[in-house]
Amino acid sequence: MSDFPTDDSGARTGEGAGAPLIIEPTPEELEAARLAAIEANDHQVAEELKRISRRGFVTAGVAAAVGMASWKWLMSRPYDQGVRWPFRKTLRFNEALASGYFSPKRLSPTFAPSRITQARINGGLGLSANNDPAQWRLTIEGVDGAPHVLTMDDIRAFPRRTMITELRCIEGWSIVTQWAGARLSDVMAKFPPPRTPRYVAMETPDRGYYVGLDIDSAMHPQTLLAYELNGAPLTWQHGAPLRLAIPVKYGVKNIKRIGTIRYTDVRPADYWAERGYDWYAGH
Amino acid sequence: MKRLEPKHPLAIRWFHWINFPILALMIWSGTLIYWANAVYFVKLAPATWQKLNLASRLAEGMAYHFFFMWIFAINGIVYVLYTIVSGAWRELVPDRRSFVQAIQVTLHDLHLRREPPPQGKFNAAQRISYTAIVVMGLFSLLTGVAIYKPVQFAWLCRLFGGYQTARALHFYLTVGYVLFFVVHIVQVIRAGWNNFRSMIIGVEVREVPGE
Repeated sequence: MSDFPTDDSGARTGEGAGAPLIIEPTPEELEAARLAAIEANDHQVAEELKRISRRGFVTAGVAAAVGMASWKWLMSRPYDQGVRWPFRKTLRFNEALASGYFSPKRLSPTFAPSRITQARINGGLGLSANNDPAQWRLTIEGVDGAPHVLTMDDIRAFPRRTMITELRCIEGWSIVTQWAGARLSDVMAKFPPPRTPRYVAMETPDRGYYVGLDIDSAMHPQTLLAYELNGAPLTWQHGAPLRLAIPVKYGVKNIKRIGTIRYTDVRPADYWAERGYDWYAGH
Repeated sequence: MKRLEPKHPLAIRWFHWINFPILALMIWSGTLIYWANAVYFVKLAPATWQKLNLASRLAEGMAYHFFFMWIFAINGIVYVLYTIVSGAWRELVPDRRSFVQAIQVTLHDLHLRREPPPQGKFNAAQRISYTAIVVMGLFSLLTGVAIYKPVQFAWLCRLFGGYQTARALHFYLTVGYVLFFVVHIVQVIRAGWNNFRSMIIGVEVREVPGE
């Protein structure tokens, strides 16, 4: 646009020379100049866009490649107990946070008897051998000296606790059940470990099923060694004569037919944790 | 005359494109968990799960879910903080006219109304959707915590109506993301390349009257 005079200064300076030297552009010339300016601008914009686009798409491509490479890397890590180790490490990290926040004062919600639902049988692991309750004994290991061997009468001698709580299966369903039994913490007080262990391990008599518990969850007031379910003695399929009721954990930790309880500082083996599940499995 | 106009700040583009694959992984790992107890309306025959390789992958699904949840949550929280600090929220949060205008946008998009409602950076329907999706994200986090730790956060679980209700809410929020995704993709295709590209490069080419 600056190619053309924009004021009349030229006209004034030309006054003395006779005929004024004003170059009046024709409307066609003006239009052509306008279009040329637009074209120049659009060309510049297109160049600028090309530059910005290249930068943006290269960044996007690199980011996508890094994302894909991270996924490939994750999915090629060796397994640690049924799950690739970065995920196992994260489960352990989550566990550290959760157990740091855990408080024995926070209770699993309890329900009115009318809310009790049909009990569900979801597994028979560890229930194979020796299903004669009269033969059953509970062994407590990890104590000073020889292991303690308890009968059902020994367990029934502890204060009987009942609770109506929700059993939440790791699969996603849940049931409301009434449990009766002895508090694990009462039993542990009577047959104490030499010093507070980090873990408590439990196994079925045939060692076909086994769980590990962190000490805080084991000592929780709602953790029962249960012998009754919904007002009746445990049936064989529900883990007679004694099973664990632990509403601060997923159903998988509610081990049936406990044969051995062991205090330990070594993180106990856990049947489902060995198969890729979270060892802590805590609520 | 063409002009380049800044549209999406770099930070927002990063939040958006990090969220996309991470949310996809959360939904996918969530479905691996879901098939262990498929009680809601989404049902497949066991043979179909087998074929889609979704069966018996609960442990894996949980491991992925409790890994990627951190990235999903942190990315979402930082995004919200960014919109607050930068003032970008002003263009994203609906105002009192948005609800009427959103109906106009919908009618216009369905070709039932000729004149387009005011667009601005985001039109009223976009403001409502983009705010709703963030609120949904918040509820996914909260219902997620409620079913992840229903004893330590029993109060939260109770607030959502108990364990099973919280679990159902967590699921239906995911259905909401899938619906959002479908509409979002359709709208992005309708809006065209210039609009889509601006989510990658940040600027949009605009036609302005030449001098």
